[in-house]
Amino acid sequence: MALLETKNLGISFGGLRAVNAFDISVEKGQLYGLIGPNGAGKTTIFNLLTGVYQPDEGAILLEGVNLTGKRTIDICKAGIARTFQNIRLFGDMTVLDNVKVGLHNHYPYSTFEGIFRLPRYRKVEKEMNTKAKELLEVFGLESYADYQAKNLPYGQQRKLEIARAMATEPKLLLLDEPAAGMNPNETKELMETIRFVRERFDMTILLIEHDMKLVSGICEKLTVLNFGEVLAQGDTQDVLNNPEVITAYLGS
Amino acid sequence: MEMKINKTKISKTTKNDLITYGMVILVYIVVQLLVSTGHVSSLVQGLLVPFCTYVIVAVALNLTVGILGELSLGHAGFMCVGAFASAVFSLAFKESIPGGLRFFLALLIGAAAAAVVGFLVGIPVLRLRGDYLAIVTLAFGEIIKNIINALYLGVDSNGIHFSMKDALSLHMEEDGLMLIKGAQGVTGTPNDSNFTVGVLLILITLFVVLNFIHSRTGRAVMSIRDNRIAAESVGINVTKYKLVAFTLSASLAGVAGVLYAHNLSTLNALPKNFGYNMSILILVFVVLGGIGNIRGSIIAAVLLTLLPEVLRGLSDYRMLIYSIVLITMMIFNWSPNAVFFRKRLKQTLTSGRKA
Repeated sequence: MALLETKNLGISFGGLRAVNAFDISVEKGQLYGLIGPNGAGKTTIFNLLTGVYQPDEGAILLEGVNLTGKRTIDICKAGIARTFQNIRLFGDMTVLDNVKVGLHNHYPYSTFEGIFRLPRYRKVEKEMNTKAKELLEVFGLESYADYQAKNLPYGQQRKLEIARAMATEPKLLLLDEPAAGMNPNETKELMETIRFVRERFDMTILLIEHDMKLVSGICEKLTVLNFGEVLAQGDTQDVLNNPEVITAYLGS
Repeated sequence: MEMKINKTKISKTTKNDLITYGMVILVYIVVQLLVSTGHVSSLVQGLLVPFCTYVIVAVALNLTVGILGELSLGHAGFMCVGAFASAVFSLAFKESIPGGLRFFLALLIGAAAAAVVGFLVGIPVLRLRGDYLAIVTLAFGEIIKNIINALYLGVDSNGIHFSMKDALSLHMEEDGLMLIKGAQGVTGTPNDSNFTVGVLLILITLFVVLNFIHSRTGRAVMSIRDNRIAAESVGINVTKYKLVAFTLSASLAGVAGVLYAHNLSTLNALPKNFGYNMSILILVFVVLGGIGNIRGSIIAAVLLTLLPEVLRGLSDYRMLIYSIVLITMMIFNWSPNAVFFRKRLKQTLTSGRKA
């Protein structure tokens, strides 16, 4: 059984059919790319998968469990984490606290215990700190732990966003244009980070990307979207050599 | 290495909190000394408890404005709820419960009443995004004040009587006790609060708010402030945590109201004490002290309450000076140049100490 499966997913905004009859099947452990020209509906699909938008039709299945119509926070609890195209960190909080917010649902104690610093607060906070620092170390951010997130360099902000997403202990990680705004060196470093995340956490990753080099370098399978419809789907090299895809990208 | 970094970080926030507590205690000791040596005029002595009230409500509002990132223009309304709920309780049990215990219970009742009202106001409004909370709390503050001005409440051997018309329609027995007399308010509340109690309540408020901020719940609330969409994406229940923070903020405003009510023999809901102007004044404390800066709220509340009294001798010019101080504080706190200057100054000072 595929880890993530969508069936006939569709949504309209007014008269615009943003996504139509979208089917995808991501196997566990895969690194799957979602590409397409501007306005093809890639981010809309991420928003559908994470419950930001509710689909007009179709179904979303994670390990066979139907997630269609669930709220964002329930989808997060079910095991889908994401990053954003325009980075969305908790800018005024420290880097460490950003990750700790990601750990929120896995390390519970009540507000009352928090205010009066009861033993459970001390115990859970200690565990949280250890876990958060572990994650920061994995992403090479441990020396920034004290910084306000908004003061991080751009590339590190991207990494922190991934670290925060990983803190929710997801089964599937969605990356929305992780290389946007990065120079070739940063992109290369990012590719390594993505590969590393996959190896280290045995993670399934679905990513949106414009950067062809990145896509062909790390993705095993691709889906190409154009005007909300699937244009091509399959192994990376086959898809990239598909004449229709070349036309959509470069024009005829 | 990273252990070390974290240790300094924890001790840094703890240190900051300790400085805040220490500052309050220090001021308390100094004021007590000045009072006992007769250096404080009776006018300022009379203001000591209102100082504490304003500090508490400013800290409470900072929780909403600075930590939750929502604007409330009705915190005087929550103060009003706390004040009247506790005053009625204290008046009704004036004879039957001894002072200390009665005031403690009054505190709980005032805080709980304001919390319930805050929760009810918050349920519909905090589901929305944008400035709705400001609009609704603004209206709420005015409504609460007007309701209390029209409210008659009495108790006698037949039980509790209540009317929105006038005192006669309560049909009380001769021996009955009037609790709220409409626009005349509550008369005869026991005078349970004093400066020491006020400072204790400030410390309790600080303890609750600062520990709240450094807890898991506080982090969730701040994450919503910083980026709601991202907070949702990592599984934070936005409405729940907004409600928790707002309810706590309202209940602490209620505590300020309790302190206020038990300092006066007659409690009225006037535009001056629980009206729109008061809500704005509290907001001014918060904004000038620094949004999200708890210690700043305390300092601003004290300074801006003290200033008009100190300058009373200058009669008409005092409001002029008051406004200049407001503008100066604003520039000092928010102007990029001033912020930069402060940072440089701090750097020079700390490096100078090391060398």
